Amino acid sequence: MRAGAISKRQLSQRTAFSLLIIATIIVIVPVLVIVLQIIINGASAISWEFLTQEPSQAGKAGGILPAIVGTFYLMLGTIVFALPLGVMAGIYLTEYAKENWFTRSINLAIINLAGVPSIVYGLFGLGVFVLLFHFGMSLLSASLTLACQALAMTVTTSREAILAVPREYREGSLAIGATRWQTIRHLVLPQALPGIITGAVLAMSRAAGETAPILVVGAAFLLPGLPQSPFDQFMALPYHLYTVAAHVPGMPKSTVWGVALVLLVVVLSFNVLATIIRLRARQRRFNA
Amino acid sequence: MLKQASKATTAMSLKKGLQRRWRLGEKFIESWIFLAGVLTIVVLLGIIALLLKEGLPIFLDTPPWEFFFGTKWYPVSEPPTFGIMPFFVATFWVTLVATAISVPVGVACAAYLAEVAPTKVRETVKPIIEILAGIPSVVMGFIGLMLLSPLVQSAFNLNTGLSGLTAGIMLSLMSLPIIISVSEDELRAVPDDFRQAAYALGATRWETIRHVSIPGALSGVTAAIMLGVGRAIGETMTVLMVAGGALAVPVSPTEPMMPMTAAIASGIGNAVRGGLQYQALFAIGLILFAVTLAVNLIANRVLERQKRKFAR
Amino acid sequence: MKMNSILSNNKAVGQNETKLRTEAVSLYYGNFQALRNISLEIPERAITAIIGPSGCGKSSFIRLFNRMNDLIIGARVKGQVELDGIPIYDTTIDVVELRKRVGMVFQKPNPFPMSVFENVAFGPRRHGINKIGELEEIIKRSLHQAALWDDVKDKLGQSALSLSGGQQQRLCIARVLAVEPEVILMDEPCSALDPVATLKIEDLMRNLAQKYTIIIVTHNMQQAARASDMSAFFMMEEDRAGVLVEYGPTSELFTNPKDKRTEDYITGRFG
Repeated sequence: MRAGAISKRQLSQRTAFSLLIIATIIVIVPVLVIVLQIIINGASAISWEFLTQEPSQAGKAGGILPAIVGTFYLMLGTIVFALPLGVMAGIYLTEYAKENWFTRSINLAIINLAGVPSIVYGLFGLGVFVLLFHFGMSLLSASLTLACQALAMTVTTSREAILAVPREYREGSLAIGATRWQTIRHLVLPQALPGIITGAVLAMSRAAGETAPILVVGAAFLLPGLPQSPFDQFMALPYHLYTVAAHVPGMPKSTVWGVALVLLVVVLSFNVLATIIRLRARQRRFNA
Repeated sequence: MLKQASKATTAMSLKKGLQRRWRLGEKFIESWIFLAGVLTIVVLLGIIALLLKEGLPIFLDTPPWEFFFGTKWYPVSEPPTFGIMPFFVATFWVTLVATAISVPVGVACAAYLAEVAPTKVRETVKPIIEILAGIPSVVMGFIGLMLLSPLVQSAFNLNTGLSGLTAGIMLSLMSLPIIISVSEDELRAVPDDFRQAAYALGATRWETIRHVSIPGALSGVTAAIMLGVGRAIGETMTVLMVAGGALAVPVSPTEPMMPMTAAIASGIGNAVRGGLQYQALFAIGLILFAVTLAVNLIANRVLERQKRKFAR
Repeated sequence: MKMNSILSNNKAVGQNETKLRTEAVSLYYGNFQALRNISLEIPERAITAIIGPSGCGKSSFIRLFNRMNDLIIGARVKGQVELDGIPIYDTTIDVVELRKRVGMVFQKPNPFPMSVFENVAFGPRRHGINKIGELEEIIKRSLHQAALWDDVKDKLGQSALSLSGGQQQRLCIARVLAVEPEVILMDEPCSALDPVATLKIEDLMRNLAQKYTIIIVTHNMQQAARASDMSAFFMMEEDRAGVLVEYGPTSELFTNPKDKRTEDYITGRFG
C-alpha cells in the first residue's frame, strides 16, 4: 500500500475526531460560562440579609426570604403527594400487574405524562385544583400541580429501583411462607430505598426550578409575610427571578443575579445530593 | 376404632390449618397500591378531558380554519379575533433554530463520548452535561436575556436582541442533554462484535463509527432527536423571556415572536375565566399537548424497537 | 461392592406413613407439557431423591409441593397433589400456610442482605413472633439444627453475605427450619458448593430426616446413593415432557434397577 493512501484515511479520521471534540467543547463551554457568570455577578448580592429578610421597596431592596421559603414549601408539598403515590404505583407495576392491556396503558400513560409541556400542567392545575376543587391560587394547588408533573418521574425511578432487587430474594421469602406484601415491605422496599430516594430528591430539584406551572396557579411577586397555610398564595424563587428579570425596571443588577444564584444553588445542590445517595448505595452493595 | 377416629380429627385439623386466611390488612394495602397504579391513567385522561372541555368551545365562536390559519390574535378587540398563526410559526422558527444547532452538535458530542473519548474525559464531561440538564428554564431565559440578547442584537444589527434566534439558541442548550444522553446510550448499545468485524477488515476507527456504529444506532439517534424537538416545542420560560413577544407572524428568525407556550403563559393571567380568550388559550394548550404527545410516542416506540433489535 | 457400602446408609422406610402424594399429575407451562402423569408417594421422615438428566422437570416437580410454580405465568397443574391426604391445589387452600409447612432450599444459596440473626428471624417475624426472647430461642435452635451455630454464634449481627458458600446454604436451611416446617424441599442444594461443604450438608440432612420429610433433587448420583432412602428416576421423553421411570428404595434402585433406562443412567451410559 502506498504511504500517501494510508495518511489520507488517517487525515480524514483526524479531521473527523477534531470536529467531534469541537462539538463537545461547544457543549461544555456555555455551561461553564453560565455557571461562572451567575456566580461572579450574583455573589456580591449574597448576604445574610439577602437570605433572611423580606423584600422592601417593591423588591428592589431587602432580601428574598419568602421566595426561598416558598420554594422549600413547594418542594415539600410536591414530594408529599408524588412520592407515596409514585412508590405505590411502582410497586403495583413491578409486583402485582399482569401482562395485559391495562398494564400497557399505565406504562403508556407514564411515557406521555413525562412529555407534557409544563405550561399544559399549569393549565391542568388551574382548571382542576384552582377552579374545580376550589383550592384557589394557593400553595396547595401549586404543590398538587407540580406533584402531577413529578408523578411520571417518581413512578419510573421507583419501578426501576424495585426491579433491580434480585428475584432470588423474593423467592427465598415466599418459600418460607411470607405473603407477597410482607416480602415487599420487609425485603424488597428496604433494598430499593436508595433508588427511590434518589428519584424523590431529583423530583424535588425539578419542582424547585419549575416556573410555568406556578405562574398559572398561585405564585405571586410581592406578598406581605410568609404563607401561613396551604391555602395561601406564595412567593417562589423561579417566579421571583422571572419577574425581577423581565418585569421590574430599575432592579439593581446584582440583586437579579443574586436571585439566579440562589435558585441555581438550591437546584444543583439537590442534584448533587441525589448523586451522592446513588453512589453511596452502590458502594454499600459492593462491600456487602 | 378410636385410632381411626383420632386420625380423622387430626386430618380435619390439618386441613383446617391450611384453609384460606382472610388477611384483610393486606387486602386493604393492596387495593391502595392498585389505585395508585390507576392514578397515572387518571391524571393523563384528566389533562385530556380538561383541555377538551375548556378548549373546544372556542371553535363554536371561531371556526377551526380561522383559528389555525388566522394571523390576527386580538383578544381584546370588539369583536375579538383568535388566529394562532403567529404563535404556530414562532414555535416553528425557534424549534428550527434549536434543532439546527442541537442536532449536529449533540450527535457529534454523543459520538465522541460513546466511541472516542477516553474514560477519564467521559467521566468529566458527563457530569457537566448533567449540570446543563439541571439548569432551570427560567435561569436559561435569564441568561439569554442578560448575555445572549445583546450579542445577537449587535451581531445582526437588530432593534432588539429578543428574537426567535436568541430563543432558539437557548433552547438548543436545553435540548442538548437529552439528545446527547439518549444518542450516547444508543451508540453504546450497538454490539461491539460489529466494530470488531470492521477493524478486522482494516477499517479505521472513524470509518467504523461512520459506517457501522452510527448506521446501527440510527433509529435510536433519530428518536433522541425527536425527544429533543419535543423538549424545544414544549419549553415555556425561556421563550417567554427571550423570544420577544411580538404578535405578528414572524417572517425571519431574527424578529421578535411569541411561540405557543409563551402565548399561553402570558395570556392566561388576564383572561376572564371561561371567556373566549380563556377558551382560545386552552385550545392552544390542546394543540401543544397533541403535538408533544405524538412526538414522544413515536420516539419511544422507536427506542423500544431498538432495544429489542439488539437484545440477546 | 463399593455401591453396597454407600447404600448401607439408607434406612428402610417402607413402614412410614405417606407424607406427600401425587396422582397422575401433569404440569404445563402454557402449551408446553413439563411433566406427564407422575404418580408417587413420598414417605414421611425420610430422604427421597429425585434424579435424572438435566431438563427432565425435576425442579418443576418438587415445586408442585410448595406451589412455587404458581409464580410462573401460564403454569397449570392437572391431577392430584396431596399433603397428609389434603389436596393442596384446592382453591380453599392458603398457599402462604402451605409454604410454611413445606419449606424450600434453593440451588444457589440466597441469604437476604441482612444480618445472620435477621435472616433466620425473617420467617418467625412474618408469622407474628416479635418478642426478642422468643426469637432468640428459635434462632438458636434453628442454627443448631442446621449445624451452623458454632460457626456463627459470635457473629449473629454480621451480614449473611460475609459467610462462605457452604455456610450461606446452611443459613438458608436454618431460615427454613425457623418456621417449623414438616417438609423440606431441596433443589440441588450442593451443586454450587465444594465437596467438603457438600458432605457437611449431607450429614445435616441425615439428622434432619429424623424429624422432617426431605425431598432432594440432585444431579449427583453418588450423592443420591449415599444420602437418600428412596429414589425416583425421571427422564425426558421425545416431546420434552418429564416422566417418572422408576421409583423405589435407593438400595434396590441402584443395585437392581427394574427399568433398562434406569440402569443405563446409573451406569453412566447417558445423562
